[in-house]
Order: sequence, then C-alpha cells, then structure tokens
Amino acid sequence: METLVRLILLPPLLVAAFNGMMGLFMPSWRKNEWLIGGLALAAVALPFAVTCSLFFGFEEAETVRYFTWLAAGDLSVDFAYQLDELSLLMTMIVTGVGSLIHLYSIGYMHGDDGFWRFFPYLNLFIFAMLNLVLAANLPVLFLGWEGVGLCSYLLIGFWYTELKNSEAANKAFIVNRIGDFAFLLAMFMIFKTVTDAPGFTGTFGLDFATLLAPETLALFEGSTGLWIALLLFIGATGKSAQIPLFVWLPDAMAGPTPVSALIHAATMVTSGLYLLARLSAFVLLQPTAMAVIAIVGALTAIMAATVAITQNDIKKVLAYSTVSQLGYMFLAAGVGAFFVAIFHVMTHAFFKACLFLGSGSVIHSMHHVEHELEHKGLIPSHHGGHGTPHDSEATQNTLRHNPLPYDGPFDAQDMRTMGGLRKYMPSTAITFLISTLAIAGIPPLSGFFSKDEILYKAFEYGYDGHALGYVVWIIGLVTAVLTAIYMTRAYLLTFEGKPRWPGFMDVKPHESPWTMTVPLWVLAGLAVIGGFFGLAPVVAEALGTHSWIHEWLVGHGDHVGPVAELGHEVVPSHAVEWGLLGLGALLALIGVGAAWFGFRFGERGPEADRSVRKLMGVFYGPASKKWGWDEAYDAAVVKPIVEGSRKGLAPFDKGIVDGAVTGLARSVRGLAGVLRGAQTGVVQTYAAAVVLGVVIVVALMLFV
Amino acid sequence: MDLTWYLALSAVLFSIGVLGVLLRRNAIIVFLSIELMLNAVNLSLVGFSQGFGDVHGQILVFFVMSVAAAEAAVGLAIVIAMFRNTLTLNIDEINLFRG
Amino acid sequence: MYDFLLADTARVLPILVVAAVGIAVILLDAFRNDSPSIPWLAGAGLVAAFVLEGFKLYDPQVAFFGQVYSGGAAAFANMVVLLGALGSVVLSVPYLKRIGHNYGEVHALILFATVGMMTLASAGSLITLFVGLETMSVCLYVLTGLVREEKGANESALKYFLLGAFSTGFFLYGIALLYGATGTMLFSEMVEGLAVTERTGIFVGGVALLLIGFLFKVSAVPFHMWTPDVYQGAPTTLTGFMSTASKAAAFAALVVVLARALPVDLVAGEVQITLSVVAAVTMVVGNVIALAQTNVKRMLAYSSIAHAGYILAGLAAGTGEGYGGALFYLLAYTVMNVGAFGVLAALEWDKEQGAIQDIESLAGSGYRQPILGVTMGVFLFALTGFPPLAGFIGKYLVFAAAVDAGLTWLAVVGVLASVVSAYYYLRILVVMWMKPETDAPEAARQPFALATSTTVVLSLCALLLLILGVMPGGVIEAAQSYFDAGAIVAGR
Repeated sequence: METLVRLILLPPLLVAAFNGMMGLFMPSWRKNEWLIGGLALAAVALPFAVTCSLFFGFEEAETVRYFTWLAAGDLSVDFAYQLDELSLLMTMIVTGVGSLIHLYSIGYMHGDDGFWRFFPYLNLFIFAMLNLVLAANLPVLFLGWEGVGLCSYLLIGFWYTELKNSEAANKAFIVNRIGDFAFLLAMFMIFKTVTDAPGFTGTFGLDFATLLAPETLALFEGSTGLWIALLLFIGATGKSAQIPLFVWLPDAMAGPTPVSALIHAATMVTSGLYLLARLSAFVLLQPTAMAVIAIVGALTAIMAATVAITQNDIKKVLAYSTVSQLGYMFLAAGVGAFFVAIFHVMTHAFFKACLFLGSGSVIHSMHHVEHELEHKGLIPSHHGGHGTPHDSEATQNTLRHNPLPYDGPFDAQDMRTMGGLRKYMPSTAITFLISTLAIAGIPPLSGFFSKDEILYKAFEYGYDGHALGYVVWIIGLVTAVLTAIYMTRAYLLTFEGKPRWPGFMDVKPHESPWTMTVPLWVLAGLAVIGGFFGLAPVVAEALGTHSWIHEWLVGHGDHVGPVAELGHEVVPSHAVEWGLLGLGALLALIGVGAAWFGFRFGERGPEADRSVRKLMGVFYGPASKKWGWDEAYDAAVVKPIVEGSRKGLAPFDKGIVDGAVTGLARSVRGLAGVLRGAQTGVVQTYAAAVVLGVVIVVALMLFV
Repeated sequence: MDLTWYLALSAVLFSIGVLGVLLRRNAIIVFLSIELMLNAVNLSLVGFSQGFGDVHGQILVFFVMSVAAAEAAVGLAIVIAMFRNTLTLNIDEINLFRG
Repeated sequence: MYDFLLADTARVLPILVVAAVGIAVILLDAFRNDSPSIPWLAGAGLVAAFVLEGFKLYDPQVAFFGQVYSGGAAAFANMVVLLGALGSVVLSVPYLKRIGHNYGEVHALILFATVGMMTLASAGSLITLFVGLETMSVCLYVLTGLVREEKGANESALKYFLLGAFSTGFFLYGIALLYGATGTMLFSEMVEGLAVTERTGIFVGGVALLLIGFLFKVSAVPFHMWTPDVYQGAPTTLTGFMSTASKAAAFAALVVVLARALPVDLVAGEVQITLSVVAAVTMVVGNVIALAQTNVKRMLAYSSIAHAGYILAGLAAGTGEGYGGALFYLLAYTVMNVGAFGVLAALEWDKEQGAIQDIESLAGSGYRQPILGVTMGVFLFALTGFPPLAGFIGKYLVFAAAVDAGLTWLAVVGVLASVVSAYYYLRILVVMWMKPETDAPEAARQPFALATSTTVVLSLCALLLLILGVMPGGVIEAAQSYFDAGAIVAGR
C-alpha cells in the first residue's frame, strides 16, 4: 500500500522537478514539446491508473504513514495519507480530469514560449492537490492547500508579460492567504482545545481519525467549536471563491484556459468543500455555522448567476458560473448534505471542465481568426499598431461594412465577435451544448441529478422545521432558472446564429486538433452519465436500486462512510419528492427555452441582451457591474485611510493588484507612509524612540 | 554613608548622560554623554558591591572600563572616517538613509 | 586544586577555537597581507567549532562556577551562530573582492564577533552576558563601516555605534539593578538572592532595563530604528551576518535569562505582557513599513524586524514549547536570511554601498541567473512562512506556543501581519521572474559569472530549508527538550 501511495504522489512531483530543471538550465530542451508534454501526461495518468485499481478494489479505509513531520511537545504530526471513500473519489476526479486536461494542454499550449514552464507548474499542482485530498491530518492537508494556492498563482500569472495577468495572480494569492490564515488559526485552536482537555495524555497530530472520534468531538461544544467552524469556513471561502473572498476567481481567468478548467473549475476551488466534507462530523455540531454556510452559499449562488447573465467574455461567464455553482455546493453543505455537495463537485468537474475546455477551443480558433484578420489588415495589429501595409484603407472599409459589435479592440474571448461557430467546429459545439444542458439541469444529464438533489435536501431541511431551508431552497430555484438562461445564452451567442467577426466571409475558424477534442468528448460523455452515480432516492427506489454516492460516502447498512449527514425527523412523502423532481426539470426547461425561444439569442445575437435587461430591470445595472464588490472593498477599507496619507503613497508603484487587494494594500501602505515619516534618519530621533521605548517597557513591567 | 546616596547620584548622572545624548548635536559630545552613562552605572555597581561585601560588582566595573576604552577607539575611528568624507560632526546633517 | 580548569576549558573549547583562529588570522594577515588563504583558515575554524559544538548538543554542562553554560541550548544557539558566520564568510569572499575591500581583517573581525556571540549565547552570569554582548557589538561596528570611503557606510557605522552604545547604557544599568536586588551575578542564584533581599521593585526595574538591551539588539519596535539604516549601509553579506547570527545570539541569551534567571511568576506575568505587546507592535510595524520600501536591502531589513516580532511571540508564551520554537525559528531564519542577503549581494550591481539596490534593478534576473532566481524563490517563500519550508514550521511552532499560553490575540496579529508580508516578498519574486529584463538599468544587466562557492552555499541553504521543513523532527525535539521543567532544574 505504501508503494502504491508513493506511485500516486511522487510521479507528478518528480516529473515537475525534472521538466522544470531541464527547461531552466538547458534552453535546447524547451523545444521538445511532445517529450515534455508526454512525460507530464504520464505523470498524471500513472497515478490515475493506480487510483483506479485502488478504487475498484476498495475494501476498507487505510492510513499510510511515512514519517514524523512535526514533533514538538504534545504535537506530533505524521506525513500520513488516508485512503478512504472520500479521498479516493476526489483522487479519481483530480487525476482523471487532470489527465484529460494535460492531454488537452499539449494541443492548446503548442508553440507557446512558456510551454516548458507550463507543464512543471501543472504537475506540481497535481502533486499539491493530491496531498490535499489524500492527507490524513490537517497540517498535511494545509501543505497541499498552500501548494495549490502557489501553483494557482504561478499559472494565473503565466503570461506575466501582461500586467493585468500578474495583477490577477497577486490578487488571487493574497486573497487566498487571508483564508489560509483563518484555516491556520482554526488548526491552532483545535490543537489547544484537544490538548488542554482534562485527561489528555500522549500526543495529538490533528489527524482526522482522532479529531472526528466522538470523544474528541465532545470537547468542541460551545463557542470554541463555533469559532473553529467559522474560521474553517472562512478558509474555505477563500479557496472556494465564496462571498466575501470570491473576488479573485473572475480575475483568475487571466491564466491559460486549461488552467481555468483544471484549477479554477474542477479541482482546487472545490477543496473548500472537500475540507467541510472531511470535517462534516465536526461542522454538523455547529448549527449556527451551518446556517452561515448555507446562507453564504445561497447568496453567492444567486449573486454570481446574475452577474454571469450580463457578461460578454466567454470565460467570465464560466467564471461567475463556477462561483455560482460553488455557492450551490456550500448551500448543500450548509443544510447538512455534505455528500450531495461532493456529488455536485464531481458532476461539476465533468461539465464545467468540458465547458472551459470548449471555450478554450473556441478562443484558440478565434485567436487564429484574429491573426488572420491582422495579417489581412482587417483589424489593426496589436503588435506595433501601424506596421501592416494595407492597414488604413482596407481596415476602414471592412469595418464600415462589418464593424465590431462593440467599441474597443478585437477580443478573442468576447462572445459578441463570435456566432455561428458550430459550422466550423462541430465537436466543440456539440460537447459544449451537452455540457450546457447538463449544467442547466436538463434530465437525465448529470447536472440534473446533482442540482436536484441539492434543492431537494434544502427543501427537506425546511420541511423538517427549519425556515432557513425554504429560504435557501427558493434562492436555489431562482438560481437554477438563471443558470439555464445564462448558459444557453453563452452557447447560442458562441455557436449559433450568424458569424459576427469582421471579414467572416474570408476568414474561417477551424476545429482544434485531436489532442483537444478527445478530452472534450470524454468529458461530455461523463457529463451525460455522471448523474447516475447519485440517483435521487425516489428514482433509485423506483428502479429498484439506490444512490451509489450516498452509499459510498455516507454508508449503507453495515458500511459506514467518511462523510456525516444531518438526520431528519420528518421527511417529505414520495409524491412531494416526485413533484420536486418534476419542478426542477421544468425550471431547467423554462430557462433553456426562455433563452432559446424567448430571447432568441441565436438569431438576435447580442441584441437579445436588451430583452434581458428589460426583464431584469433595476437589477441589471448593478449585476453588470458585478454588484460593485471591488469598488466596495475600495470604498469601505481604502478611502478613509488613503485620503489622509496620500503623501506616503505617491512614490510607489501603483496597481500591482487592483480592486480589493489594492484597497487593503493601499491602506496598509498609507499606514506605512505615516510610520516611515518617523524614520527621519537623524540619530537623535532614534535615541528618543529608544527612550520612549524605555518608558513604555518600564511602565509595562512596573505598573501593569 | 547610606547606599541610597550613591544610587541617587548614579541615577542623576545617568539621566544627565541620557539628556546629553538626546540634546547635543556634536557626535563626540554625544559619545561622551554615553560614557557618562556607563560610568554612572559603574558607580552603582561599586556601591552595591560595597553594600553586599561581594566582589563581583567590582569585577564587572573593570570589564565596563575596558569595554568603554575599546568603544572609544572604534568610535573615534568611525567619527574620523565620517569627518573625512562629510567635513561635519553634526549628527543632524548625517541622514542619508531614512524612511 | 585546579583540576576543574582543564575540564571547564574543554567545555568552552569551541569558543576558544574560534578565538584562536581569529588571532591566527590576524597574525597571518600581518605577515601575508590579505592572503587568499585567510578565508579558508577562518572557514576551517568555524567548521571545527561547529563540529565540536555538535558533540555537546545533548550534553548540557556548567563551566567556570556557573559563569558559562556549555552544551545543550547553548550548543544549539552556538551552532546557529556558527552556521550564519560560516555562510557569511564564504559568501563574503567574492563579494568583498568585487567591491575591492577583501581585507584579511574582515575575517578576523567576523571571527571575533562570533566569539562574542557564542559567549553571549552561553552566558551563565550577567558579567559573561555583558562581555559577550560588547565583544560582538564592537566588532560589528567596525564591520559596518568597512567601506570607509563611502558616506553611507560611515553613516551606518556611526548610527550603529552611537545607538548601540546608548542601549548598552540601559542594559548595563539593568545589570547593576539586578545585581543590587539579588547580590549575585549568576543566573542560577538570582531567584534565591531575591528571596533574601526582597528588593522586588529594584529587581523588576532591572529586568525591564535588561530587556530593553536585548530588545535593542534584536531590533524590536520601538528600539528598531537603527536597523534599516545600518543594514542598508553595511556590506551586503555582512548585513546577512549581522541580521542573523547576532540576533540568534541575543535571542538565545534572552531565552536563557527568561528560563533560568527570572522567577516563574514574573515570566508568566509582567514579562509576558511586555513581550507580547512589543511582539505585536514589532510584527505589525516591521511588515507594514517593509511594504513601502523600494530598496530591497532595506525591505529585508524591515522584514528582519518583523521576524524578531514572530520570535518574540514564542518567547512571550514563556513555555518550553515557546523557547524551543524560538530556537528552531532562529535556525530557520538564519539560513533563509543569510541566503537572501547572499543572493542580493550577488545581484548588487553598483559598487556604491547602500545607495542603489532598487527593486527594479532585479528585473528579469531570475532567467539570467537561474540559480539565484530559484534559491531566492525558496528563501522568500520560506520567509513568507510557506509550507513545507522551514519558515512555516518556525512560525507554526511559535504561534502554536502563543495560543497554547493563552495569547490567541497575539497569534491572530502575527498571522495577519504575515499575510501582509506575503505581499512584499512576492513582489521581489515577481520582479525577478516576471518583469522583462529591459526594465532594469543597463548597468544592472551586465552578465557576470557566479562564484562556485556562492552557488554551493546558496543551494545548500535552500536545501536545508526544505529538509528542515519536511523532516524537522529531531531538531524540534532537541530544541524543546532544553527547556523542559526537569532540564532547567538540572542545568542550575
């Protein structure tokens, strides 16, 4: 077993180190794209194969312990990994989707100057993520948690020559660290509570087995437990992009699209949920924290969904969609259905990765279109501006006949320049459509089952006498309709209707290479069948079977799984369940139908946004401004302090990070400016400070 | 004589030294003020030593004196190097580094 | 009758070795001026002392009637000091050659400063404490002003000297008061002495003034103001030496005073309050001002202030875990800071001391010098406290100790302050790896060959941080075992 776990963990690390070192010190190595990419792919495919064998031959949970990492007093942390139902499922997702995305990246990154850097980062990410999901204790989980944050940082800022990309990377890193340190504090408090308990002897390593044992859990009643649960949740909001720390995720789309698919949709952003699911027995003891989680999840879901409707950048739509779906998952966790949250993590990994990769395929070919157009002089080249010979005249003419549908330069990610791509890239279009229908919740695709189960659990929670359950249920229903609308809109604007880029008669996009379409098809297939792993209870009963995921994660009969769930005293009748199932399907159909036949995004293109605007009324404006979160951070934290200390600010480079982080950074820098003023450079000021310090210390020692 | 008188004198001298450091502008005078602080403490040490009839305080005084001598040597060298470059001993004007 | 002399001499042998090699270096320099073999000799002496200390790691002893502790915690601290000194000596050789100040005396002074630091860290009485502290300080004043033609170096040296001597005044006054209150210079007899005289007021005042001396040496706020100015003007590799070894020694001595000389109720009471307040302010102020720096050397100076704050948080806990965690932190901090200043020294491009180490001049240097880029990445992530590097373990230990001692608020402040620190550490990396080379001034872009010795030291430092981060087991246990209740009584 130890060898097998090594075989899962080490290949990505070793190959990352090998590819990185070779590329760094031997520039000639960088050209071997197939070798670099192939090695990197093998380093993820091998762990996937090993995980499969463990998964299908699973009998009982095991812990593999390598050596002691931290031993200090009564703290003793091992490098230990845990193979149980939950970690194996997550490992399957990480390595499986990871392999597909590695394959895809070989095609997507072809010809990029940073090809050699890309794969070590990606492998390193897989290694860190595996640490996160396989860890048998909190510190090792935290190691992976920080590691994925680092890789996310490196990959968001991958094309660092553009300032906005490195800004986005910094923002992600720093926002995440706020969450990380809440997590760290939670660990300190857990440790203190356990070791301070009367009768505690020996050592404690923050391992899940001890922590989740009933006698340990009994220590966490009362406010300490609540604080710990909330701190853990804050940690989770950072990594999993929930209110109020979600602001980094939309900006993170600056990274290459495979990264968005792997890290910012399928795996890393779900680690917050994994943490909650792993500690579900702990979190369940804190009803207040659960309520907070449910509310934050629901609000995030609907807030992000409204923003997604208003976006024109295809990746931004998907980014806000991810935030919204993550909100769904937290909603599920908040009503005590952690296994459903993980179920949605799984189905979401399939269809959202497929959508992102599909958008990557589109962007890839639209970049191609952009180059063609620049080459023909139909749009001004952004490399140097006025270099091309037939610049002015031809450009003017074409643009007059077929202007860009918005002000500003050509943008390969803007859906307003797309349209009608289905004809040129059929594979991408069909897989994108399948995933769109899946996320919208059209039965019997995977999204239908997982989303419906979330909504059902929320309803059940309400039915059991918690009014909050109904509230989040209704928010969830509205969000479901919105989801169907914005995703159908994205599909229609991109693939249906007439082409809208300038010169579309001459310049045709084309389908991506097989390395990119094969992963799309596989993921689309999974998006179709993924739902059957978690059939709704009534459906399962009607078919004479049961929900596999419930049995696997929570347990069934003798088998007890690693995930706890909230029990209910009163449960709705079967008729109600069937009704809710039908309601879910109906809402999805309404959403898709509204976008397709109501607003007619296909024929009308971006024009149809006017109808949406009319329908959403006063909400449209704020939503299209992303509800002003970035600005709010600025105004609430920054303004009061910055105004007073502008002097200290001026000399320093502005805008390494924008929005929220700039806000915080600026206010801190304002403070820095004031403090620096005291550093006059004159010895006697310093001596005076020493004397002041003497007075303070003596006062503290003698009189406090 | 009572030990308190020695201690009081020592404290007064020490305070004068501190004030000298804070108020005087000439680097050498500042250094002399620091020497005054050290010697004020020496007085206390000798006083205590006498009071306890214990020799350790006196021993430390010798160490302090030799350290002060070493400091004087190094300090004056630094001051001379400084003066060669800047032609000033006014510590207000020596503020290349700040912020 | 004098049998003890031989045994006691053996117990302080590492210090004597370093001192003897220092004298040998001076003599060698007198006959063969600036001979290239001097650094080798100095390095060999330091290695020998390091190995000798290694044998004493689990063998705490008392020498010279309690004036000196040997082995155990003292050996641990001395090894940290020697590690810092060794790294600095090796890194200094090519650096000093480049700035044209490769005098033999430099190495002698480093060795004598090391002797002072080791004495300080092994001190068992107030007298030894004072002598060690001053031996170290006087040597460092000279090293700071090494480049005597530069105004900047002069200014640094003068500021360091005046303020250092000023703080010594308070330190010495503290010693006098402690002596007056207890009638003894020995740490091990203080508590009993105090019980006899019952001069509690004088005692607490003495402790306050003694603390001030220590807080100045470790550059805690508000006694920190000399630090950036001195670090900026000193030769860069020697800044690395000063910021690590001297801090390690001063902290180790402070730990010994707290653990062995002071009554337990005072440590858990007034001292804890004082140290936690100072620690909190230090962490916040150090990190916040560092944010606003554009000179990398100065930024690292403020960062070293912040790190003193983290270590103080461990000391404020006042428990064996806190002290042990602080010792481990010192080890990690020494390795990462020597490394970071070493990288900076290699990348420094103009001869002028302290004038221009602007962050922009590092643009694109990661690709130009991958070794420097990668190792600097390791050092900066370690300084940020990123797992699994040693810096993370250190932070974890000190903050966990603080929480355990009921100082949760202090851990919260520390954790938030280190969130801030990520911002400026990261900025250096962003510039090194993500800015085009053309952003750097022409002069900074001259290609240069990295000395093999530099490559080796930096790689070893990076490797050590990784090893200490992944497998710190024995080191932490050793560091914390020194301050178990039993061990302290036995050490008396």
